[in-house]
Amino acid sequence: MISDYSSEKNKQDERLPGKDALSVSKICFNYGKKQVLHDVDIQVERNSFVALLGANGAGKTTLFSIITGLYGASSGNIDIGGQSLLTSTQQALSQIGVVFQRPTLDRDLTVLQNLLYFCQLQGIPSNTAKTRIDTALHTHGLAELKKAKITELSGGQQRRVELARSLLHKPGLLLLDEPTVGLDYKNRIDFVSRVKQLCKENGTGVLWATHLMDEVEDADYIYILHHGKVISSGRTTELREIHQHNSVASLFQHLTQNAQETSQ
Amino acid sequence: MNKAHALYCLKGIVVRESLRFLNQRGRFFSALVRPLVWLFIFAAGFRSVLGVSIIPPYQTYILYEEYITPGLLGMILLFNGMQSSLSMVYDREMGSMRLLLVSPLPRWYLLFCKLLAGVAVALLQVYIFLLIAWFWEVRPPIGGYFLLAPALILSGLMLGSLGLMLSSFVKQLENFAGVMNFVIFPMFFASSALYPLWRIRDSSELLYWIGFLNPFTHAIELIRFSLYLQFNWQAALAVLFCTLGFLAIAIIGYDPLRGFLPRKGVAT
Repeated sequence: MISDYSSEKNKQDERLPGKDALSVSKICFNYGKKQVLHDVDIQVERNSFVALLGANGAGKTTLFSIITGLYGASSGNIDIGGQSLLTSTQQALSQIGVVFQRPTLDRDLTVLQNLLYFCQLQGIPSNTAKTRIDTALHTHGLAELKKAKITELSGGQQRRVELARSLLHKPGLLLLDEPTVGLDYKNRIDFVSRVKQLCKENGTGVLWATHLMDEVEDADYIYILHHGKVISSGRTTELREIHQHNSVASLFQHLTQNAQETSQ
Repeated sequence: MNKAHALYCLKGIVVRESLRFLNQRGRFFSALVRPLVWLFIFAAGFRSVLGVSIIPPYQTYILYEEYITPGLLGMILLFNGMQSSLSMVYDREMGSMRLLLVSPLPRWYLLFCKLLAGVAVALLQVYIFLLIAWFWEVRPPIGGYFLLAPALILSGLMLGSLGLMLSSFVKQLENFAGVMNFVIFPMFFASSALYPLWRIRDSSELLYWIGFLNPFTHAIELIRFSLYLQFNWQAALAVLFCTLGFLAIAIIGYDPLRGFLPRKGVAT
């Protein structure tokens, strides 16, 4: 069923003029006088799975809030699919799909009503919306829960609804901010593999922020954010080789520890 | 901004707010019970105490129930406007506000849609209340029911904008309860909702001026005159200017670059 999405892949390719699904350059951000992001640079190519690793409080969620336009950066530029977030805000935002850290489903509504609401916010005509919703529900194994209220769903099912929703407008960039927090191991594995598969099928660039390293062992690229600074970045395989670590978890541990010692 | 997209978005937000309102039955009934208690109990009790002279737009002596009805319509709009803003603070805390604000439409438009959706819900409550009041012998001219709609929409937008403006300053839901106590009750009681301003002036000149400068008073008078097929220019202009002012501040408040909350770490 995932191929239903890829059938419109060519159309999606035309919509994205730039090479990168996301280009973040020299982003700084302050909370009052406290600087929490320092010259952050991140690139997400289309059809790539990029992990943004950082401990709690590293600045991942703040960065996501800036990329989605919820916060304004103190300085720096963000291009989404070649569109500047600052000067072409709407065009840039239309290319983003987001799964936020905290659930954003309306608990008073059903699954279908939530998805329809999202389609209307994105300006998808109702006939197209209904077709896409049916396809998405089927793809994510939620077809039978179409009329269920959000409160009747398990945590894993709610996350799947959010994932399905984030892709309804066929975004070129998918942002996931610790999307598996609160899920059990089985649901986490299921969720991660779904996103990876969809990324490959649709040519979507994925930026996955997490502190759960096992989820991103086979990510294409890694960015390590530590106290608001990108302390290391590169292809996962290359970083492992250079620093001689078997796993992303030990690589992360090694690099953040080094950064901590250097700063002291 | 694509017109079709803008309309889909407006429809989506209005439908969502209406469904939420209807699904939350407790909210639906409490919104109706509040003004009905005032009409059935307070107005009946004070009928003999608070006599009202013949003042525009009334052309004869009226019962206190009849006088208080526009004030109670204003009360529905006031509570609804604040409830709608409360839901924005809640949405922001719960995250669903983020979904709205990352939509690819101008932020001012998204906020305006949210306001209109709140007004649509309030209109539903107002007309249900008027239907019940009709059986309680509160029977304005039939044409008044139609002329009332634009006055309700404008007043609803003003009170919704006020709530929106307040919500842009408030970081957490708990703080909002305090704001409600400091805004709703003073606004309601220091207005012409329960008694005409000339009566207030008899006892306190200061209170009269507070009432006169209270935007809620003008909303009530706009509603009162419309319900009796008259138009109050002074009230209409006051409500219009207040709406624009509150809305402008709210839009700035929700701006990610200039807003009041993002620097504190709250998504706007």
